[in-house]
Amino acid sequence: MTAQKTERLLNLVICLLSTRQFLSKEQIRTAVPQYADCATTEAFERMFERDKEEVRDMGIPLETGSNSAWFEDEVGYRVDRAAYALPEVSFAPDELAVLGLASRVWQQASLAGPASRALLKLKAAGVEPDDAGLAGVETRVRTSEPAFEALYAAVRDRRPVTFPYRAGRADEVVERHLEPWGIVSWHGRWYVVGHDRDRDARRVFRLSRIAGPVAAVGAPGDVDVPAGVDFRAEVAMTVRDTVRGKATLRVRPGCGVALRRRSTEQGDGLAQGGWDELRVGFADAETFAEELAAYGPDVVVVEPEAVRDAVVRRLRAVLEAS
Amino acid sequence: MNRADTPGSATERLSRLLAMVPYLVSRQGIPLAEAADEFGITQEALVKDLELLFVCGTPGHMPDDLIDAEWDDGHVYLRNADPIARPLRLGVDEALALIVGLRALAEVPGLHDREALERTMAKLEAAAGDAAAASAQVSVEVEGEAEALAAARTALARGRRLHLTYFVPTRDETTQRDVDPMRVVLMDGRWYLEGWCHRAEAVRLFRLDRVMAVQVLDTAARVPVEATERDLDAGLFVSSPEDHEVVLELDPAAHWVADYYPVEAVDELPDQRLLVRLRAADTRWLRTLVLRLSGTARVLQPLELRHAVRDRAREALAAYR
Repeated sequence: MTAQKTERLLNLVICLLSTRQFLSKEQIRTAVPQYADCATTEAFERMFERDKEEVRDMGIPLETGSNSAWFEDEVGYRVDRAAYALPEVSFAPDELAVLGLASRVWQQASLAGPASRALLKLKAAGVEPDDAGLAGVETRVRTSEPAFEALYAAVRDRRPVTFPYRAGRADEVVERHLEPWGIVSWHGRWYVVGHDRDRDARRVFRLSRIAGPVAAVGAPGDVDVPAGVDFRAEVAMTVRDTVRGKATLRVRPGCGVALRRRSTEQGDGLAQGGWDELRVGFADAETFAEELAAYGPDVVVVEPEAVRDAVVRRLRAVLEAS
Repeated sequence: MNRADTPGSATERLSRLLAMVPYLVSRQGIPLAEAADEFGITQEALVKDLELLFVCGTPGHMPDDLIDAEWDDGHVYLRNADPIARPLRLGVDEALALIVGLRALAEVPGLHDREALERTMAKLEAAAGDAAAASAQVSVEVEGEAEALAAARTALARGRRLHLTYFVPTRDETTQRDVDPMRVVLMDGRWYLEGWCHRAEAVRLFRLDRVMAVQVLDTAARVPVEATERDLDAGLFVSSPEDHEVVLELDPAAHWVADYYPVEAVDELPDQRLLVRLRAADTRWLRTLVLRLSGTARVLQPLELRHAVRDRAREALAAYR
């Protein structure tokens, strides 16, 4: 069934590309064998209408027009060859290698098909890529968040959307309304930036927190993307933890490597009775306490009290649970 | 995605055929296997595509009007396909995929000759025309790690061994390792080095942001023949049957563990708790994880791990008395 349809569409495309004249429906019906098999004119016309739309959806510039200035009502069809064909472009072997690497970025993502097809088209000139300069390098970005596909399409087509969103630590899910402007992968996670209709403000949403289907609620083009918004900076600003406090920690020598990398001041172990004293900035006492509890007896909080208490509470909870 | 990309649809296949024809026309006699590989399909599927092309052509559909496809000797020849011998211009998704991918690569310092990257981008944007517009709305951030990446690539190019000072956060350790590099991989915005680790005597994946110091040694790299690259598409974590079986009970606040780590089985318990089973070669990282989960997870198995967690917590609390 699909094979028959592919064959029919391919014959239609070839037929409309080979003509300079506009072809009438009747001419097309005779020229494409699969249409000639249609039992009735009605059946043919229905089929042709659908095919025409699908071919256009593929990006093929199928035009309507008339060959004669006197009989304008006689509508004909053709594909504009100049608009159909990829502009003449020739890539050098090393450029094709870079393009290959760029297309493989999407290998495990929903754009894998378009990426490899694009590469194929650019290789049509017959030049082979020279990968030597990029040997041993591989790239991947994944789009495993279920909401990616729908949000990507909404961003591309500039359509407003609505989706259930899980915010904060509480598992409360609220339906949100968004005019999406851009979609960003930041530290391996996807985010969408846009105008939040509920808050009437610019907002960033994390795709993995979207708790259900994303529905488009408007026509393509309904979203105006303001000029000059740096989507990535928006995400970075929302995601990056701002240092809100500093803690003094005692850390066993050789331990707490990650804390040492972040610390602003380090004492010498000798003065502290075998412990190293560090000063480390943190964004949120509770999140920081979670990290510190993981070190067990290797890290002790001196101050502030909020972090110290949170760590003690967490360690007690571990004891109670075991 | 456009309708054309619905897998298995007639338009998806047509898109492939229209991209395939110009590629084959300019490479007469290309081996069937190589072409199939290039199109990301099986040889059987490629033959089916060629059979379909063979019966299509310009109006009239007399033998001379049809596309001439030959593949009997295992090499593909394609002629008489003039109307579709030029590729269809890039669609929005196609242009976007390459442009966004290229921009991400351009951010990696030292990955490639900057001038070549800019040249490629300029040509690509010109070829894409209007289809390039939407690419400004999608962005993939990639971390730098210039020094470690440059060293890894030098070692790969020259076939040399690397010495790494590598930080293992789950064990809170800095380790010294000699590694024979196999490849560098950019995965979800992070760089990894895969190589034969002489300390572990096995293939290991190293996150470049955890490389604290790196040195390209004069020694030639010797990756053993039995060393195989990990299938990254299955995820970054792998476990082996010889590993310890660990059973954890998770409260709702700790459910993310089941999504984040490769668990073998998940069972639902009353009160929204989960029972998860996983395998681990080294349970030290689990001890750290359970402490971090601060009472929202319990170790049911193995008992040694459960006791280790309890002892660590008890010892830590003693410092606050």
